[in-house]
Amino acid sequence: MEIAGTKLFVKALIKEGVDLMFGYPGGYAIDIFDELYRQDEIEVILPRHEQGLIHAAEGYARTTGKVGVCLVTSGPGATNLVTGIADANYDSIPLVCFTGQVSTGLIGNDAFQEVDIIGITRSICKYGVTVRNREDLGRIIKEAFYIARTGKPGPVIVDLPKDVMLALGGDQYPEEVNIRGYKPSTGVHAGQLKRAMKALDQAKKPLFLIGGGVNIAGARTELRKLIELTEIPVVSTIMGRGALPTDSPYYVGNIGLHGCYAANQAISECDLLFSIGTRFNDRITGKISDFAKHAKIIHIDIDSASISRNIIVDIPIVADAKEAIEKMLLHATKRQTNEWLEEITTWKNGFPLSLKTKQDINPQRIIEYINKTFKEPIVVTDVGQHQMFTAQYLKMTGDTRLVTSGGLGTMGFGFPAAVGAKLGNPDRTVLCVTGDGGFQMNIQELATAVCNELPIIVCIFNNNYLGMVRQMQQMFYDKRYSCTCLRYHKSCDKNCRDLKKACPPYSPDFVKLAESYGAKGYRVWNQDDMKLAFEGAVHNTKSPTIIEFMIEKDDLVLPIVPAGNALNHMVVNC
Amino acid sequence: MEKRWISLYVMNDVGVLAKIAGLFSGKCYNLDSLTVGTTEDPTVSRMTIGLYGDENTFEQIKKQLNRFVEVIKVIDFTNASIHMKEILFVKVKHCSKEEKEEVFKIAKVFGLTISDYGPDSVLVECVQRKERNDDMIHLLQETFTQIEVVRGGSVGIESISLTGRE
Repeated sequence: MEIAGTKLFVKALIKEGVDLMFGYPGGYAIDIFDELYRQDEIEVILPRHEQGLIHAAEGYARTTGKVGVCLVTSGPGATNLVTGIADANYDSIPLVCFTGQVSTGLIGNDAFQEVDIIGITRSICKYGVTVRNREDLGRIIKEAFYIARTGKPGPVIVDLPKDVMLALGGDQYPEEVNIRGYKPSTGVHAGQLKRAMKALDQAKKPLFLIGGGVNIAGARTELRKLIELTEIPVVSTIMGRGALPTDSPYYVGNIGLHGCYAANQAISECDLLFSIGTRFNDRITGKISDFAKHAKIIHIDIDSASISRNIIVDIPIVADAKEAIEKMLLHATKRQTNEWLEEITTWKNGFPLSLKTKQDINPQRIIEYINKTFKEPIVVTDVGQHQMFTAQYLKMTGDTRLVTSGGLGTMGFGFPAAVGAKLGNPDRTVLCVTGDGGFQMNIQELATAVCNELPIIVCIFNNNYLGMVRQMQQMFYDKRYSCTCLRYHKSCDKNCRDLKKACPPYSPDFVKLAESYGAKGYRVWNQDDMKLAFEGAVHNTKSPTIIEFMIEKDDLVLPIVPAGNALNHMVVNC
Repeated sequence: MEKRWISLYVMNDVGVLAKIAGLFSGKCYNLDSLTVGTTEDPTVSRMTIGLYGDENTFEQIKKQLNRFVEVIKVIDFTNASIHMKEILFVKVKHCSKEEKEEVFKIAKVFGLTISDYGPDSVLVECVQRKERNDDMIHLLQETFTQIEVVRGGSVGIESISLTGRE
């Protein structure tokens, strides 16, 4: 039987187990949307901007383990996905992004809403292809899902010309995939693993470094068993948070630019660094030549290109984290680490995380309130100071999840990603911790949340500034606050450096804004307000609640490793 | 930095060449030569890539190429016995009769082919290793006043008999 490409498209998605996707229609995707209208198996969510759409798909994929599916039109619809594609690529998030395209006969003619989206995204996606023939459609969709979810997951772009989608062709959707150049690694090299375990046995100050790969591989249970068995301390990247509970006696903290003192010190002093599922991004290494300079380094990663790229390692192991840890469990034994753990405890006690502030309401208190109030929430952050405060203070116990833009650092990610997370996890509490800058980058998704009755609790840390950049200006640019004041008005003094000054009214009024969208809004100045706002949010089960926390303008995220310094050269106090 | 050669089998699809070339430009790798053509299987193309890099960069390039879905196989020529040739055309222009004779002599000595000639020009075709073609250009530049050069980049394949790299 011959069917249109649009019909095969819907059939393919159902076969791939897609029950929810994110779409924004337009002239070159209208036929596909028309076909989706005729069925009930896949729910299509309409965000209000394609950037919000793809971040929502990311939030959905990051919290469900499923592939996030996007469908947008050609031209601007496709280009508006670009930031999200790069974001998903950095953090290894499985997405399949379908983009409408002009008919094949018009490609290359500068037709209306034509762009070469495959060319544009070539360097920021795992794979991208334009479907040029109707007979290839099924195979390409099958391959797209397979490539997105296997090996090191990532975003795949499938560009769908209008004529291909309207053309008639076979109704068969392939059951199997065979791509000559793509064979994801399976298995663990026994010899390398043996070498690694031997090195672990010989080490006096061993340390595990856990990255996002452990969470992506679903290896939390295995890791927790391994640490209980070996009693070796653990540091993590932000993406690796939650793999081991933060209340574990072996968890030290985050490493890197805003890592805690003890974790960065442990990296600098360990004699064996056993890293799993991290890219050794420059934000976590500091000065490369001084990174773990006393240590032999073992690195497990599914992507061979991640190994010895930034940090030259002694024992490389290309493997899936879960598979590798399962194999390690067969050989692991308890280690004598008491002295080493005591040394780490001394650092922890000597330089605990703390926030110097006079204000009743501050980031630490807000996150501590979240820690006490919500059981195993999904906390989605935007990017900036609030992200680092959350990474530092959020207690990761049980199945608490931290969803954040780790690699690309995308402002505007937080709120739409929270929308996707809530859609994928309707029975869990979803909080979005954001800043007044980041929230305004995708503020329009309030409508998506309201229309879909998503009771997300949005905590805006409002300090009137683009806080992280302002912090850098304050610390390293002699307080020249260039373009970071969100209350700047054309009547203001351009050279204003006074963070205490009474300023023009803030725009927008987030409480009124929430109400205008049909959401709830609270402004919080003190702890009493905070309690009332959170209580109100918990009882608001049909729409999002925005809580605007009025915090200090000059709060600093500390410690900080100034650019170019080794991890153990931290500024702890200012 | 050392000169290195690799060969790739890739899927013969639209955009694959741009993706491979884009890796070099996007990551600032030092690409020197890139040639591509189909193989005995029309769905597969083979590339020969010459590049400069230290050991770590070279290893990283191979890994990055290997992770592309479109790349079927990466062959490192570093320790392989290979046959490698580059096509080079040199047009020697505005020649006197004596100069044309000189071109013919050079061609005979160096095993070049005279592809075409006219009243005051000669077209020479050299299919040699890149380094020998470099030498040829140098010689012709020194001998004649005006030459026009076009070269196609190198192609390489592993030797059968393991007798030297030619």
